[in-house]
Amino acid sequence: MLAMACLILIVDLFVKDRKRTITFVLTQVTLVGAAIITFALSTGQILYTFSNMYVGDMMGDLLKLLLYLTVMVVLFYSRSYVFDRPEMAKGEFYTLTLFATLGMMVMISANHFLTVYIGIELLSLSLYAMVALNRDSIAATEAAMKYFVLGALASGLLLYGMSMIYGSTGTLEISAVAERLFNGQANKTILAFGVVFLVSGIAFKLGVVPFHMWIPDVYHGAPTAVTLFIASAPKLAAFAIVIRMLVNGLIVASQDWQSMLLILSVLSMAVGNFAAIAQTNLKRMLAYSAISHMGFMLLGMITGVVGGDARYALNAYSSSMFYVITYVLTSAGTFGMILLLARSGFESEEISDFAGLNKRSPWFAAVMMMMMFSMAGVPFFVGFFAKFSVLQAVVAAGYLWLAIAAVFFSLVGAYYYLRIVKVMYFDPPISTSRIVAPLDMKILMSANGLAVALLGIFPQTLMSLCAFSLLRSL
Amino acid sequence: MSGMPLLSLAIWVPILTGLFVLATGSDRNAPLARMLALLGAVAGLLVTIPLYIDFDVTTSTMQFVELSPWIPRFNINYHLGVDGISMLFVMLNSFITIIVVLAGWQVIDNKVAQYNASFLIMSGLLNGIFASLDGMLFYIFFEASLIPLYLIIGVWGGPRRVYAAFKFFLFTLMGSLLFLVSLIYLFVQSGGSFSILDWHQMPIARVPQMWIFLAFLVAFAVKVPMWPVHTWLPDAHVEAPTGGSIVLAAIALKLGAYGFLRFSLPIAPDASQELSGLIVGLSLIAIVYIGLVALVQEDMKKLVAYSSIAHMGFVTLGFFMFSALGLEGALVQMVSHGFIAGAMFYCIGVMYDRVHSRQIVDYGGVVNTMPKFAAFFMLFAMANAGLPATSGFVGEFMVILAAVKYNFWVAFAAATTMIVGAAYTLWMYKRVVFGAVGNHHVAELTDINSREFLVLALLAIGALGMGLYPQPFTEVMHSSVNELLRHIAVSKIL
Repeated sequence: MLAMACLILIVDLFVKDRKRTITFVLTQVTLVGAAIITFALSTGQILYTFSNMYVGDMMGDLLKLLLYLTVMVVLFYSRSYVFDRPEMAKGEFYTLTLFATLGMMVMISANHFLTVYIGIELLSLSLYAMVALNRDSIAATEAAMKYFVLGALASGLLLYGMSMIYGSTGTLEISAVAERLFNGQANKTILAFGVVFLVSGIAFKLGVVPFHMWIPDVYHGAPTAVTLFIASAPKLAAFAIVIRMLVNGLIVASQDWQSMLLILSVLSMAVGNFAAIAQTNLKRMLAYSAISHMGFMLLGMITGVVGGDARYALNAYSSSMFYVITYVLTSAGTFGMILLLARSGFESEEISDFAGLNKRSPWFAAVMMMMMFSMAGVPFFVGFFAKFSVLQAVVAAGYLWLAIAAVFFSLVGAYYYLRIVKVMYFDPPISTSRIVAPLDMKILMSANGLAVALLGIFPQTLMSLCAFSLLRSL
Repeated sequence: MSGMPLLSLAIWVPILTGLFVLATGSDRNAPLARMLALLGAVAGLLVTIPLYIDFDVTTSTMQFVELSPWIPRFNINYHLGVDGISMLFVMLNSFITIIVVLAGWQVIDNKVAQYNASFLIMSGLLNGIFASLDGMLFYIFFEASLIPLYLIIGVWGGPRRVYAAFKFFLFTLMGSLLFLVSLIYLFVQSGGSFSILDWHQMPIARVPQMWIFLAFLVAFAVKVPMWPVHTWLPDAHVEAPTGGSIVLAAIALKLGAYGFLRFSLPIAPDASQELSGLIVGLSLIAIVYIGLVALVQEDMKKLVAYSSIAHMGFVTLGFFMFSALGLEGALVQMVSHGFIAGAMFYCIGVMYDRVHSRQIVDYGGVVNTMPKFAAFFMLFAMANAGLPATSGFVGEFMVILAAVKYNFWVAFAAATTMIVGAAYTLWMYKRVVFGAVGNHHVAELTDINSREFLVLALLAIGALGMGLYPQPFTEVMHSSVNELLRHIAVSKIL
């Protein structure tokens, strides 16, 4: 079933024409096809295939469907941006996107540490190339280089961690690792070291402090279309591997990785939010905001098991999942807005480029405002419920001080989101030119904004879906 | 009892009209936007009138209750209802919305649709706050109402509007985030309920009660505002457009006080008793010190803003003496302050629209050119100073009476406001209105037109009516207040 999806992807890659629109349409068709297959083959049962290298379960299916949706939205948003820039308007953009998507699919349904690794590498290598797609840009090249060097290091850490886990348990199959750990057939010392390296590797992929150095540079340096991609879909996959490796595989060692993630989480919220205040470049600001959001998401991961009691696990992990999904939705919308305002030769990535947007287009200013308030966690927008559900998991687990710290950093975060709203609404416009964007993009952008608002009023469905899919998968 | 979901109507009629107003778009359709907004505001008031007519004064239970599940995953319900305390504020708010729409009728000529829509949406959200019986629903309305006010101050405000808007937003958010954590804590402790009424009955040990009370205190003290977290208010008032100031003074400040009644007192009664000294102290500082601060202001709006803080000090003082007289006095004071402070800000707005200055020195002898206006202004200034026969007197007098029973020196300190309040209000009035015509701006003033007359007359009816015959206001609150006091007197510590 999953193999079919992969096969179609790969076949399509070779069929691909150099004609740009055809490529675009083909890519979208591929994604729709993959979505249909995933949906049709979704049984709600936990199935292992490829000699237990892969697992198919409801969480994976849900995440994959959302992944396709996100990638499709990303491609719609970036279409005119890519077409306006000859250096990017090549088949590679779409080919690499599909490869990266494949990598993420592998990550989402991996049941073997090596499968996880293959997925990550497939994703990362595609992303390195995508960041450098505009090869004449010094910033982009530098970002790609930095990303590559640090990414390779992180991959090394991850592999090293995996090898230690192998040394400790004698297997790399995630479900088997869990079983052996549960039966106590493992060397605890080596396992602890393995977990440390593993968490470091994951932290790099998530982009949390202190493994966050690449995020601002890559977000800033990469072409906005690529940033949009990096800032949205891979977060879903990163969440999936956290669940797969740490929860499915190493739940017995939860004490170890929870305390590590706790530190990472608090540091991320602190560094992310405070550093974001100082930024004048919107992409860079959003990069720091991404760091803080990932930190917030991790709060849910560290409150699953309290003192060996896994009663709250489902509640906590589904909160995190909900948080990631809403973050991806909002983040895609925000970067989409940058793309919407960009024209050929004009990037619209400085915060001041949004000045007086309300004068130029009240509707899109309102959409952007919804995104910002959602990120800041102000109701009635979906970001509030994301924060709320994670916070209630934290309080339920008894970490009251952590909840207070989290809301303090949210307060700091509110400042820079408000600043965007201020620039759009209170400042005079810098240009009076009308917004030129294709109709499909405008419609999709509006839909994205409305989704943020409507999910904020009716969050129940998505919340239950997260909880239900995790319940069936864990 | 009609079967209509009156409270839902009170919330959603203004919000939906607001969205329609927003849809009228550019300033070319400004007259349409204004008419639609007025229509929405009047409709919003009309749907609240049955709330008063059908209100049962003999019971303290919630009335007009609506309950339907909203987010079952966290047991959050769309749970509305009013008692004798909150019903008055729903009505006051709906009434003030009309005033605000009228106040911005000619003055606002920039982004008219957005301006009116912001006020209507905010009006609905504020009604939602007063009518919520679900903690999370309350919080959501509470936070969401920040957005329109932030935009109102920031878009249509004065020169330092950005600073004021940020200060307003961040101060309030700081308080409400701690409030959120305590709500979640209560949710977890109560075994998964967000119902405020459940929380009222839930026993809580002493130490958690203290923490809950303090967290609530931060949230509500910022909103009231109490000394020393009051500093955002003068900035916000000075920079906000007239309509923004009116809503801020008349309704938004009441949210904090209302929060004390709905959350702090009934949920943490033991902590309230134990820490009442703190609140009484802070209230007295607000009354005396802020009153003195008001005396030296040169900006009229700032002066009224500080006087609002002092008046709100009376409200919190009345709450924490735990007597029926004090509580009812405080509630009367809240409603009356809604009329009077709203009117004061409107009067200043009327002068500002003509002269474009709020400085007292820029005026003098206004009575010569604007006699009708001067008469109204006189009435409201007197009411602000607490003259008998105006609503300002009733509330203050009841609170002072209660204070005498509580502690003579507290009453003594509170009573000084009668002198200080009269001093700063009337001194300002004298400098602005009386005397010879100060300068050519004042000489060119034109008296109020019929629209302005209507607004002032409506507010004057409110202020005078409540002063001469407070019975209709106090009778609805009796049973709720008594029930609240009975509830507080019982310890919740197991």
